[in-house]
Amino acid sequence: MDDKLIVSVSPHIRVKDTTRSIMRDVLIALVPALIAAVIFFGFRSLLLCAVCMASCIFFEWAFEKVCKKPNTIGDLTAAVTGMILAFNLPSTIALWQAIFGCLVAIVVVKQLFGGLGYNFANPAATARVVMLIAFSGSMTTWTAPNFVDGVSTSTPLVSLKEGALDPSISMLQLFVGGVGGSLGEISSLAILIGGIYLLVRKVITWHTPVAFIGTAFVLSLAKGGFDFALAQILAGSIFLGAFFMATDYVTTPSTKWGRIIFGVGCGLITCLIRFYGNYPEGVSFAILFMNILTPYISKWTATKPLGGVKA
Amino acid sequence: MAIRLLQGIHVPHRKNTSKCVPVRMPAPEKVMIPVSMHIGAPAKPVVKAGDEVKVGQLIAEASGFVSSPVYASVSGKVKKIEDILLFHGGTCPAVIIESDGEQALYEGIAAPKVTDKNEFLEAVRNSGVVGLGGAGFPTAVKLNTEPGKVDFVCINGAECEPYITTDTRTMLDDTEYLVKGIELLNEYVMPKKVLIGIENNKPECISKLKKHCSHINNVEVRHLPSIYPQGGEKVLIYSMTGRIVSEGKLPIDAGCIVINTTTLAAIAKYIETGMPLTEKYVTVDGSAVKNPQNVIAPIGTAIKDVVEFTGGFAEVPKKIVMGGPMMGIAVPDIEYPVLKNTNSLLCLDAKEALLPPTTACIKCGRCVDHCPLKLMPTSIETAYNKKSPEELKELKVNLCMECGCCAFVCPAKRPLVQVHKLSKAMLNQYNAEQRAAEKAKEEKKQKEDKANG
Repeated sequence: MDDKLIVSVSPHIRVKDTTRSIMRDVLIALVPALIAAVIFFGFRSLLLCAVCMASCIFFEWAFEKVCKKPNTIGDLTAAVTGMILAFNLPSTIALWQAIFGCLVAIVVVKQLFGGLGYNFANPAATARVVMLIAFSGSMTTWTAPNFVDGVSTSTPLVSLKEGALDPSISMLQLFVGGVGGSLGEISSLAILIGGIYLLVRKVITWHTPVAFIGTAFVLSLAKGGFDFALAQILAGSIFLGAFFMATDYVTTPSTKWGRIIFGVGCGLITCLIRFYGNYPEGVSFAILFMNILTPYISKWTATKPLGGVKA
Repeated sequence: MAIRLLQGIHVPHRKNTSKCVPVRMPAPEKVMIPVSMHIGAPAKPVVKAGDEVKVGQLIAEASGFVSSPVYASVSGKVKKIEDILLFHGGTCPAVIIESDGEQALYEGIAAPKVTDKNEFLEAVRNSGVVGLGGAGFPTAVKLNTEPGKVDFVCINGAECEPYITTDTRTMLDDTEYLVKGIELLNEYVMPKKVLIGIENNKPECISKLKKHCSHINNVEVRHLPSIYPQGGEKVLIYSMTGRIVSEGKLPIDAGCIVINTTTLAAIAKYIETGMPLTEKYVTVDGSAVKNPQNVIAPIGTAIKDVVEFTGGFAEVPKKIVMGGPMMGIAVPDIEYPVLKNTNSLLCLDAKEALLPPTTACIKCGRCVDHCPLKLMPTSIETAYNKKSPEELKELKVNLCMECGCCAFVCPAKRPLVQVHKLSKAMLNQYNAEQRAAEKAKEEKKQKEDKANG
């Protein structure tokens, strides 16, 4: 038996990358933003992040156990969902509310649709939207970050909604960190560092982030000038959404042009909600809406086979 | 004219043996020569058990237009002719010859008379040469073209598969034959241009061929980027001429003929010396081999004998691949013979042989981003799982050349090439059923018309 040869279909060599290694890269890319969150919001943000990750992993394990499916927590996708969901929450949110969000993300959005690869909506974005509606109060109570006066504050998006950026906030603060918001919104710089890491590691391509941020910038430029546009893209969760959520493989198109269309759509809807909707922020809604269109975008942008003849 | 490069992948080159001049191994005790080592009708054995044969003697003749003769690779006695299982699943007779160790040449060997195109094609046919790059298509059939139809002859020296260096060695060691081959093609196939395509990881080959071909006006040596699958027929044609071979068409329909360097050198050798194809350069490499090197092996030699000649195995081989790691065929038995189109024996140890476990498709789109023919492997797999031949037809799975880029880059380690093979079979069956249904409908209509009329 031992000296039998293995026979398999070619190719006989493969790249080293696995789903697990890709997800590990995403977790590494999220670390700078986590550090920024700890600096500005204190250790509560670290606790929140740990709780979210632990509950997502637990829900995935428990669901698969109950359904007698193979255990997949080793692929780290649940950990990534937990971390990204935590980044979408204010640091002060009650832990049970966060755990409820994880339940929605993993069980309802991901596992009930067939698990990894089969969910059509981004688990973290959907959970955030559900929580925003279920817990409107605590989901929009923002504490001012450390080193800034005041106990509670509003996010710069609220003042932007009224027409212009609060003059007490500098552009540098928006970029580096120091204004109210969710964990992952605090520092566009930290998110950008993580995003560049993902680009360099070829985990994501430039198409979606550039299209998303670019569209939001251009539309804001047309509406309110350069300062307004810059503030629009730096405030809120556009960077987090563009680099980490709109690039989720499963729920976004797998063609290059599809990714560009997806990004443009996200930018457009985010701006429409920010400018004309009732909510100050629209990134999660935009991503969720574009998730629904993904199968059609993939179809429209299907690649043209070389030498293919129309039947 | 700038041609946009097709997508592909960067594979590890591992050309460990590119500096190894091929060493001729002594005749093995026994060779097993299948009569079907090419695409098309199997050759018909013309010897029987007990016959004495010599090197270069015909043992099986071509049995149709698309077929190729087979010659003895050792001198000795035909022991028996028995059916063997080929690794594509079918069976075919194989001539088993017990070697006398003399390697005496057949007396009938003499350079053929070649003065016109018909004699040239006849010689190519008699040489027993088939596509030695791996495809095994009888070369005489490919070269049988109408005058004036060939714009480009593309000589394939890309050798894009990792490990293999036999084309490299042909280009370096048999340069004269190669140049002679080009002259023959110019004389009898009359292309407007001859393009030699070599990946730029083989600078010695590029400079040597440039030097030796400088006296032929219409020859151009092209550097090609080392991106797998540069040596794929359609890819090579596109990279060098910008032409696209459409679905269901042959390269000649795009005015091109692609011929591998080793194939061309073998043809020239036959026309110069009368020596048909009886031996092959074979790269022996892989983690289970002690001394990776290039061997000149008689066709029909068992894999085991070739590896033993190089110094044997360093570790127990768990997988043996004929051809490169990207498209080669894993053989089930170490006693399998070296075939005409075998260019490499890759022996992998347990660590390399085991494929990583498959996980769920995460739709990352890497397969789409890397397919040289711009197919969508992830969608093809979905369509196959849905058992939808209509969708497979629309996705053009029939164009797939099974280069393996998609499966190579897949982080979820999906067996995409396997799925594509199965998808093609499903589509073929569907097409056949459609045709049969249409034919039945027509016949019925004709019958009704007859009845009415």
